[in-house]
Amino acid sequence: MIPENLKYTKEHEWVKIENDQAVFGITNHAQSELGDITFVEVPEKGTAVKQFETLSVVESVKAASDIYAPLSGDIIDVNEKLLNAPELINKSPYEEGWICKIKISDPVQISNLMDAKAYKQYLEGLKK
Amino acid sequence: MLKNTPLHQEHIRLGARIAPFAGWNMPIQYSGIIEEHLHTRTKAGLFDICHMGEFILRGETAKGDVDYLITHRTDDMAVGKCCYGFLLNDKGKIADDLIAFKTGENEFMLVVNAGTVDKDRGWIKSHLSAETHFEDISAKTAKLDLQGPLSKDILSAYTDATLDTIKKYHFLTAKVCGVKTLISRTGYTGEFGYELYFPKEETAKLWNKLLQNKDVKPVGLGARDTLRLEMGYSLYGQDIDEVHTPLEANLEKFIYMEKGFIGKAALIKQRSSGVKNILVGFIAKGRRSPRHNFDVVCNNEAAGKVTSGSFSPCLKKAIGLCYVDKDRAKEGDKITLTDGKISIEAIIKSPPFIKRSRT
Repeated sequence: MIPENLKYTKEHEWVKIENDQAVFGITNHAQSELGDITFVEVPEKGTAVKQFETLSVVESVKAASDIYAPLSGDIIDVNEKLLNAPELINKSPYEEGWICKIKISDPVQISNLMDAKAYKQYLEGLKK
Repeated sequence: MLKNTPLHQEHIRLGARIAPFAGWNMPIQYSGIIEEHLHTRTKAGLFDICHMGEFILRGETAKGDVDYLITHRTDDMAVGKCCYGFLLNDKGKIADDLIAFKTGENEFMLVVNAGTVDKDRGWIKSHLSAETHFEDISAKTAKLDLQGPLSKDILSAYTDATLDTIKKYHFLTAKVCGVKTLISRTGYTGEFGYELYFPKEETAKLWNKLLQNKDVKPVGLGARDTLRLEMGYSLYGQDIDEVHTPLEANLEKFIYMEKGFIGKAALIKQRSSGVKNILVGFIAKGRRSPRHNFDVVCNNEAAGKVTSGSFSPCLKKAIGLCYVDKDRAKEGDKITLTDGKISIEAIIKSPPFIKRSRT
């Protein structure tokens, strides 16, 4: 389950780019590896984030895992539903389980992301 | 080199996530920890517990030996009864927790943790009378736990045993799916349920037959951990260990001070000088869970350490166990659990964290 229209990071975030904004979450592979997600630290609106730096944490029953910003920018929206229903990430990682939306400050960074084909190859490489 | 249980191939076939635990490849989860947890609380879960160790002690001197080795009183136990207790070292620290089954007038079966089998074997053998015969039957014994409110109805379809006669902490031997099995009313989940001991060759047969019942689901060690934590049961190696005594672990009810046992002198001494740190439970305000080794802070003072912490699938909040300085943190006190980066608010609360109607 790797949607064609999205971009991906090595840390298993997906990014949907719409003009100067980017919505992102964690991939189906990431939610599956984590197992039942029990808590999401939803970042605050207005926070400036830098590409590939930690911005949030998701916890499963057994472990905690950092979430990294896929691009630099300002957080303009967050999925507050995750506060009480973090399991949305398990149920719908690419739709209802989105984590936040950022206003992209440096579009050149998009070239640092993988497309669906490259991410698929990357995942296959990890299995070996 | 990790060991596999007799069900390793079955776990792979079921798509289990497998990880090392106490020297064994063990199934951590199948469909998901929360689903497996809730299924066990409402219907029944089947657990592969073949990694645990079983010892047989036999002979006229076995009764006295067992009674001196473990903290619970066993010399007056009837055949068909079992009890929970501890093996202590000379300093009164917990070398292991176990269940002792009185399987015959002059015979006991001791069920010990997987990670401590070798240590326990050496310790027990070095404390036996010359006439007591010791046998480690771990390698030829399988153990499956069937736990959950529907366990009795489910098991009754596979056995000729009159399950109604087995009271809590009692057992009997009967056929299950045609296999001679020790059926005990014990468990580690807080639910009504059974633990089944039988010959290893029959493991896949019993496992698959029980799983044919639509109310039975396989449950991994992940949910076993959250189930036991909701009851506040200690996990050996995490909440109880050779650093702490049963007095510190708040498990005094499994100690019989009226009899002799290894470690008793140390416990008497500790009791008279006063126990400083004790194991208590906590419920967090929210869903975020502290983990093993988080610091406990009470009234801005360091007060202890978290030993177990997890999200509770039934309460939808984090729960756990921690050792605290009992002069600094008491029942109902607000505490903060922190690793230096994150802080989690919680309240000290005696377990169990959930109420069970009938176990």
